[in-house]
Amino acid sequence: MSAKTTILTLPEEELVHPGHRACAGCGLSILYRFGLKALGRDTILVVPPSCLTVLQGLYPIAATQLPCLNVTFASTAAAATGIIAALKVRGKEDITVAAWAGDGGTSDIGIQALSGACERGDNFIFICYDNEAYMNTGVQRSGTTPQGVITTTTPIHGKPQQKKDMPAIMAAHTISYVATGSAAYPLDVYDKIKKAKTIEGPKYIHLHTPCPPGWGFDTRYTVKVGRLAVETGLFDLYEIEHGVFRLTGASKKLLGKERKPVAAYFETQTRFRALTRARISAIQRQVDEKWAGYEA
Amino acid sequence: MAIKVGMEVSIAAAQAVKQANTDIIAAYPITPQTHIVEHLAELVNNGELDAEFIPVESEHSAMSVCTGSSAVGARSFTCTSSQGLALMSEIVYIASFLRLPILMLLANRSLSGPLGIWNDHSDVMSIRDCGWIQVFAENGQDVYDHVFIGYRVAEDRNCLLPFLVNLDGFILTHMIEPIEMMDQDMVNRYLPPYQPLYTLHPDHPVTMGAFTGPALYTETKKAQDEALKGSLPYIMKGWQEFGDLTGRYYHPIERYKTEDAKIILITQGSLGGTASIAIDSLREKGESAGLVKIRLWRPFPFEEFREAVKGAELVVVIDRAISYGGPGGPLAGEIRSALYAQERRPRVVNVIAGIGGHDVAPEDFEQIIRQARKSSGEGYEIYGVRE
Repeated sequence: MSAKTTILTLPEEELVHPGHRACAGCGLSILYRFGLKALGRDTILVVPPSCLTVLQGLYPIAATQLPCLNVTFASTAAAATGIIAALKVRGKEDITVAAWAGDGGTSDIGIQALSGACERGDNFIFICYDNEAYMNTGVQRSGTTPQGVITTTTPIHGKPQQKKDMPAIMAAHTISYVATGSAAYPLDVYDKIKKAKTIEGPKYIHLHTPCPPGWGFDTRYTVKVGRLAVETGLFDLYEIEHGVFRLTGASKKLLGKERKPVAAYFETQTRFRALTRARISAIQRQVDEKWAGYEA
Repeated sequence: MAIKVGMEVSIAAAQAVKQANTDIIAAYPITPQTHIVEHLAELVNNGELDAEFIPVESEHSAMSVCTGSSAVGARSFTCTSSQGLALMSEIVYIASFLRLPILMLLANRSLSGPLGIWNDHSDVMSIRDCGWIQVFAENGQDVYDHVFIGYRVAEDRNCLLPFLVNLDGFILTHMIEPIEMMDQDMVNRYLPPYQPLYTLHPDHPVTMGAFTGPALYTETKKAQDEALKGSLPYIMKGWQEFGDLTGRYYHPIERYKTEDAKIILITQGSLGGTASIAIDSLREKGESAGLVKIRLWRPFPFEEFREAVKGAELVVVIDRAISYGGPGGPLAGEIRSALYAQERRPRVVNVIAGIGGHDVAPEDFEQIIRQARKSSGEGYEIYGVRE
């Protein structure tokens, strides 16, 4: 892999038009802008309904300068399969096919088609932007909503269940490349997507995506909140390349160091207001155990 | 040279998909469609057919794959049945809106529940309003021929619509029939390579299926409706040219002894052959009976239909699906609407028969007609129920 991209070496060309329809402070808008720079012009996108559909705008406005097929939640990865197959038949295999879906479209309603495409070994990049609930429809719980989070379908007490570990599920498909990233570290995301483009077969990239209205924080804190998730060890940046796991970037730097307490992250967002001290302690213990595993 | 061979209809259908130079095949096996998929897998794996065979994990993905591949401009095929169609139905609607000329064979089978694997038309009626061109095949030759006709019409730039061919499960799919196979040269003359109009490509970026607000939604749907209604002359053209090449002419409404008929039976699909035997028998007994077979289901050929039944006093509509608590079967609803504004209209009697694989023999049709004579025409009857 070449040297890490910096803000000075990042391509200047923008593939997302200014004036898109995302909310102020949207983590996705950072990721999408950097992500499309990494994917480049020779890309066909597949997008299910999600916040990204809203970001792209209402017909006849399109914030994306790339060809894009809008499909339904459950069909994203399969539609990508069809595009790949047709490009092969038409002798245009140098085009990148990227599906870009939310956490619901990936880990819940979209998981079957994604699993099928990965099992078949289809050559595409699937990017999940995980804002940890169904934000587009008004903050309802998803499979990747963390435990204890208040959403409109887990009111008062918060979500009882654990967050679904989607990258681990994808790694279990023995695909060549699984990576995580965060809107707070967009250059790291850029480099990971660039790397994914060089690898054959299915690639899965899971992006932690702070959402000011859904998580309950001020729009100016998107990057700060995203960083705290990493600095507390709750969301880890890593790659699983051909089955080999390694922490990357900001998470790698945490190895052997003292991490910030998880409570520091929770107190930045109103969605965690139902967490009791006991629950926070339990989550802290889980994180500590996970990191003890990394450091062992 | 065309040759006539005895062949299972599913195998003949798969051969036609091969001869049509299909690029992409995405299908999930379901009884009674399986023989079509299996044979296509064989043709791709033994090198006879240079296509991508995509063994998807569900019918939902089968139609999603076809949507993606057709959007890139590849000739795309799927086939399914019953629950498979129900599962893929949300994408079926998207394919027609995106004007993608996908070809689908539907081995008609009852919808669960109860679980049943046998033939009726409840599956196709569940997607009646999906915006595809929809035809019914009466026999194996119809099925084979409509693979070519389907692609030809679907890909016609005046249409650009997906095309659905209904073939009755088991009764057609598993039957060995004499089928006249076209030689490749004939196929190539009739069906040129697909030249897509709009495709997904980075050189000319387009958004397909964009989010559309109330300000443009109605206009969009009106355009889609006009496209389907406007496809009728090009379907007729596709049939005409196919007939000129092969001698086999197809029509939106197939008529049998209707010219002077006072009683007309109306069927769809493979029941037509059986019903014609009943018509012959009734004619021998001096009855003025005829048969109308609805080949083209969407766009519905109103004019041709009214012409076919204009002299009749009694029209007996056989439905093979139930519209629970509704005015009658889906076909009868259509027929009644088609006739309602006519000054002179026949009495329409609706009988639901042959559901879930219940056999309908020629004598059943005679019995149905005897009962229909006494009926007021109100509502509908379900025929052959054991009390």
